[in-house]
Amino acid sequence: MNTPPLLEVRNLQVHFRVFGGYLKVLDGVNLVVRAGEKVGLVGESGCGKTTTMKAILRILPEPPAQIVGGHVLFRGKDVLKMRPQELRRLRGRGISMVFQDPTAALNPVFTIGQQLGDVIRYSHSDGRVDAGQIRLKALQALKEVALADPERLLDSYPIQLSGGMRQRVCIAMALATQPELLIADEPGTSLDVTIQDQILRLLHNLVVERNTSVILITHTLGVVREVTDRVYVMYAGTIVESAPTKVLFANPMFPYTRGLMQSVPRLSGGGVAEGIPGRIPNYLNPPTGCRFHPRCPHVMEVCRHEKPPVFTVGEEHYVACYLYAS
Amino acid sequence: MTPILEYKNLKKYFTVGHRGLLRREPITVKAVDGVSFVINKGEVFGLVGESGSGKSTVAYTTIGMYRPTSGAIEFQGESLFTKEGKRPRHIKKEIQIVFQDPGSSLNPRRSVKEILELPLSIHQPAKKHIGRVAELLEMVELPVDYMYKYPHALSGGEKQIVAIARALATEPSFIILDEPTSALDVSIQGKIINLLLRLRQEFHLSYLFITHDLSLMRNVASRVAIMYLGKICEVAEASEFFRNPKHPYTQMLLSSIPVVSEEEEKLKPKRVQSRGEIPSPVNIPSGCSFHLRCPYKMDICPRVDPEMVDTGEGHYVRCHLYPVQENSRPVAV
Repeated sequence: MNTPPLLEVRNLQVHFRVFGGYLKVLDGVNLVVRAGEKVGLVGESGCGKTTTMKAILRILPEPPAQIVGGHVLFRGKDVLKMRPQELRRLRGRGISMVFQDPTAALNPVFTIGQQLGDVIRYSHSDGRVDAGQIRLKALQALKEVALADPERLLDSYPIQLSGGMRQRVCIAMALATQPELLIADEPGTSLDVTIQDQILRLLHNLVVERNTSVILITHTLGVVREVTDRVYVMYAGTIVESAPTKVLFANPMFPYTRGLMQSVPRLSGGGVAEGIPGRIPNYLNPPTGCRFHPRCPHVMEVCRHEKPPVFTVGEEHYVACYLYAS
Repeated sequence: MTPILEYKNLKKYFTVGHRGLLRREPITVKAVDGVSFVINKGEVFGLVGESGSGKSTVAYTTIGMYRPTSGAIEFQGESLFTKEGKRPRHIKKEIQIVFQDPGSSLNPRRSVKEILELPLSIHQPAKKHIGRVAELLEMVELPVDYMYKYPHALSGGEKQIVAIARALATEPSFIILDEPTSALDVSIQGKIINLLLRLRQEFHLSYLFITHDLSLMRNVASRVAIMYLGKICEVAEASEFFRNPKHPYTQMLLSSIPVVSEEEEKLKPKRVQSRGEIPSPVNIPSGCSFHLRCPYKMDICPRVDPEMVDTGEGHYVRCHLYPVQENSRPVAV
């Protein structure tokens, strides 16, 4: 592709200062999102998915967090070097985010209308927009996420809504600013499976309609398979494999990705696989070389000392593992 | 097959407030509203439902945290709820539970040894328990020196294994597993599930397995029941259940599952797309409580609550699409 990517993360390193040293959480994350692309980011809890996204939006608490290296380029401009004013413009109109828990993402003491109105007012940088217009736009936003009776909802408080409705409101808020990139952090995880299905279908339809790029963060592999074009697999602060979604599910290569795929219980039956032995490493003293080597069934001598480079194993299929050297 | 637990028209209502002129009319939540089923010895009985469907209330009533509003639960023919109020200790010993979140079900101030000793000291007082604690840890494949650790030093998976060891301490015959792996990562889930299945074989346990993960259910349960707003809508053998789901709600649940392979995709019912949300249990819809979300809704559905029908081969369904035969009576599952 000739067009420059919408978002490019290069060798991003984030450390957290704690008592007794630094947690070396992100260890050189590289990822690319092109315009209109739906990208999945998969990994277990604690692997750094959310830290990466927060670093992209510059909403990490600094300190204790420290971005010690790398670049985050949004439309070619480095987010890490932006002034507060530019950052404000980036958040919202450039990139917006839907969080995992809609209950925590909404303020309980303001009505939906007030919160949605704030987002809409904020997205007009000149501030010249009257209350009537805001209300109209808010109504429009609620209608787009298929919420019934939007008039009444505007004057409701979050507590009066069900979990699924709250998540729809959060999606409406995230899309009301017409962002170019939407980051969805486990948007269905806190909801029931039938509601999750509805939310994912809604999100999918909305972003396809607007040609918004998406980064979907999740630990549910099935969700990634259904809604993304390309997937990054993350383990202990590094991207270990990336591939087009179909390729990854047909032919996972990194030992961790394989273990993860086998761990998912199948609807067709046949028992549950043992999973991957061991646990995610301590970030205070992460393993040298490949961070997966203490749990890897195919570990070699070189894995213990040298961080593996990224090998190309197919079209757009990259694996950071010495098994695929040469 | 001998039954180990029998649920007979179990009802549990909660009063959540009062309304009316004098605030004397109670507002009730019908968390469990007439549930009947049997769990056989050695079986893994799966109970599935969305949040608010009453599946945890069934579990907590079984363990004795709640007294039922009406109906009964019988453990090997003996009623779990007697007039005197207190449950006899020999029954308490037989029925144990593993909760969803091991982070909050283990006391952070107690070492693993103290956690495992507590049930032992209640059921076998005046005895030294250290040997038995070591034995329990071996049973669940944890190093014996873990007994001196505190919960904060354990990973999520290890904590859950300690909670399982605690449930095993009294040598129960029946264990309730209330979403035992939903707080854990998928790569750890397999280990816990396989441990539970192995323990079941070794110690001839029966399980009531509660989860919302149908893919997992397919792999562990021998029979599955689906709950919706306090009632059971369908019960069947696990394989039959996934091959031939009959209730529209079951079909909706199955078609909502995100799966990881084409092969599984083919198993999902295509016709039913998820819509609507589970209504508040304070205002349960009239007739069949699912009619607001049902794609096959008929005139009769909002008026009459359907009865459980036996459709053969141990497959029971409560839906007007499967009418009661003239000569058959309502059935107990």
